[in-house]
Amino acid sequence: MSDGGGPARGSRAEALWGYAFIAPTGLGLAIFYLWPVLQTAYFSFTEWGPFGGHTWTGLANYTRLLGDPEVGRAVLNTLTYTALGLLGIPVAIVFAALLNRPGLRGVSLYRTAFFLPVVTMPVAVAMLWRWLYNGDYGLINQVLAVVGIDGPNWIADPATALYALVVVGIWSSVGYNLIIFLAGMQAIPKELYEAASMDGAGRVRQFFRITLPMVSPTAFFVSIVSVIGSLQLFDLVFVMTGSGKAARANPAYTRLQTVVQLFYERAFVTNDRGYAAAVVIALLVLIAVLTVLQFRLQRRWVHYV
Amino acid sequence: MWKSARSAAALLCAALLASACGGGEQAGAGATAQGKVTLSYGVWDATQQAVMRDLAAEFTKSHPNITVDVQLTPWVDYWTKMKAAVSGGAAPDVFWMNGPNFQLYASNGVIAPIGERIDTSVYPKALVDLYTYDGKLYGLPKDMDTVGVWYNKTLFDAAKVDYPADDWTWADFRRAAAALTDPDKGVYAVGAQLTSFQEYQYNTIYQAGGYVISPDGKQSGYADPKTIEGLRFWTDLIAAKQSPDLKTMTDTAPLQLFEAGKLAMYWGGSWNVAEFGTNDYTKDKVDVAPLPKGEKQATIIHGVANVMSAKTEHPAEAWEFVKFLGSGQAAGLLGKKGPIPAYNGTQQDWVRAHPEWKLQTFLDSVAYAVPYPVSKNTAAWQEAELTHLTKAWTGETPVERAAADLAAGMNDLLAEE
Repeated sequence: MSDGGGPARGSRAEALWGYAFIAPTGLGLAIFYLWPVLQTAYFSFTEWGPFGGHTWTGLANYTRLLGDPEVGRAVLNTLTYTALGLLGIPVAIVFAALLNRPGLRGVSLYRTAFFLPVVTMPVAVAMLWRWLYNGDYGLINQVLAVVGIDGPNWIADPATALYALVVVGIWSSVGYNLIIFLAGMQAIPKELYEAASMDGAGRVRQFFRITLPMVSPTAFFVSIVSVIGSLQLFDLVFVMTGSGKAARANPAYTRLQTVVQLFYERAFVTNDRGYAAAVVIALLVLIAVLTVLQFRLQRRWVHYV
Repeated sequence: MWKSARSAAALLCAALLASACGGGEQAGAGATAQGKVTLSYGVWDATQQAVMRDLAAEFTKSHPNITVDVQLTPWVDYWTKMKAAVSGGAAPDVFWMNGPNFQLYASNGVIAPIGERIDTSVYPKALVDLYTYDGKLYGLPKDMDTVGVWYNKTLFDAAKVDYPADDWTWADFRRAAAALTDPDKGVYAVGAQLTSFQEYQYNTIYQAGGYVISPDGKQSGYADPKTIEGLRFWTDLIAAKQSPDLKTMTDTAPLQLFEAGKLAMYWGGSWNVAEFGTNDYTKDKVDVAPLPKGEKQATIIHGVANVMSAKTEHPAEAWEFVKFLGSGQAAGLLGKKGPIPAYNGTQQDWVRAHPEWKLQTFLDSVAYAVPYPVSKNTAAWQEAELTHLTKAWTGETPVERAAADLAAGMNDLLAEE
């Protein structure tokens, strides 16, 4: 009775310590993430002068947004890129399964090789692929020429540009996804495979009946991250299409312009920051909607043990 | 899930915010108690950083209480950073200005007009006009550039084509272009570059008798049939396969093609001297000729000016420095090591630096040069130029229609200024 306040005091002190520990992260998040988001949301209702100073314009930016053909086009390009980018997930699963085979030699060598693009600067990756894709002097077309194929100007041809970009996107993210899948696969109990092989299931059957369902939660995580990342695509396009003004002179630009690129152009090229804020808020909404949708759909394909 | 979506977007915003604010650091450092003043001087060209430091040192000799800190920001980030710095009240005291950005800065009052009466007849008139807004001069021209046709003598010799004469015309140019094109060797006459209006389209537009923007800066000239003639000059070359198509030029820029011996001619500026003088291929194979004459002779003239921030804490000292940079003494120093100085009568050192080339061409063309076309928000319609003309360059849309669409879009943008 008399020491009833003890535990309460103790837990309060504990809570205070807890807050103290999360304060650095929490403050950082509030100042550098939350506050800019709120500001951006506010700016999306304003018109900006090129050197700061803004006036409230209500929904003007959003009505303009709805009627802007470039917005529709940028959203469509971004969604196509995002959808095609999901093809990277099966690729990563297959490679992860191959690397996960017991007794495989040189595993760490392979893992390093796959992970290398992930730790390489995106700008360097884009520059490199730009040269590979060059229509006249690129390695890809020189190899194709050996077998008698006259390859296109991969990133300047509207028919191929977006797909060329998707290949680079998958190539540079497959290593990251693969590591996550490997971790997921190594968490699958060995007994399941032992039981399956006792019942006479072969490697392929085991892969489809055990590995795939068991890594589906991992696949769900990867798809969420990958979709969000793809929707924010910027650096690859920025470097590969020809940065700054030159990008618009790329004949394939109408197929390559992404939402974030449009945001960049409005904010930093044509001095239209209020509108740029509206563009990026629209992207935020798009990301939120697609993420909710994915959570809704997960019941249909994700197996939690 | 809300958290993940929001934090992802937040990350993006924060990153952009951070990059926009990165420029805030370069504030002009203040005066000390002894009346010593340090001025910050913003420049974008790394190759001129050394000569800018020399000039700053020279200035300090005559003004011992003022030191100048030369701050280099690479071209690609210069204007983004400058806008952020100005917004944050941290612009350099004195900085380089160019034509396309000038009116934006002057009309928003972020650079200071020159109060003192000075003799502007020592600079090319086109440049003085370029940096005059609302009747007031805001900057003193530092250097200047004009455009010429750089040509590959080896390819001209191989095709047995005479080198361009000083008075050659569009007809002469087209004849030469047809003779120089050699599909078997992958050699084109010229690259109809879309991204550099200063060296390509603007020149032919004025040569054809057209215009880009009306003198009052309110109307686009792209609907004018003569302007369209100036554009067709280039689309015709692409159609005749005397220029690589736009896809090829997107992959490999005309400059690279010229330096690989794949283009016989390259429309380039006086600033290309440094590039062609050091490139092993072009070093002893190229020379330069004036632009061919259309209905009239024209070349675009542009130049950088030194301007003062309106918010500088040391307006008197900043003006002293700008005045020094605009003097014949500073121009003399610049001409030996850098671009063509804007100060008349000091340009000969620049010509003499490369006696093997007819660099006098660039100076002679000042007589008929046209100022780089600008308005208050030049960047906005420069984007429209690319958006619409890309379709004409690929052949997707006839050049007349692309130009008409561009004129409409540009007029809308000009109305918003």
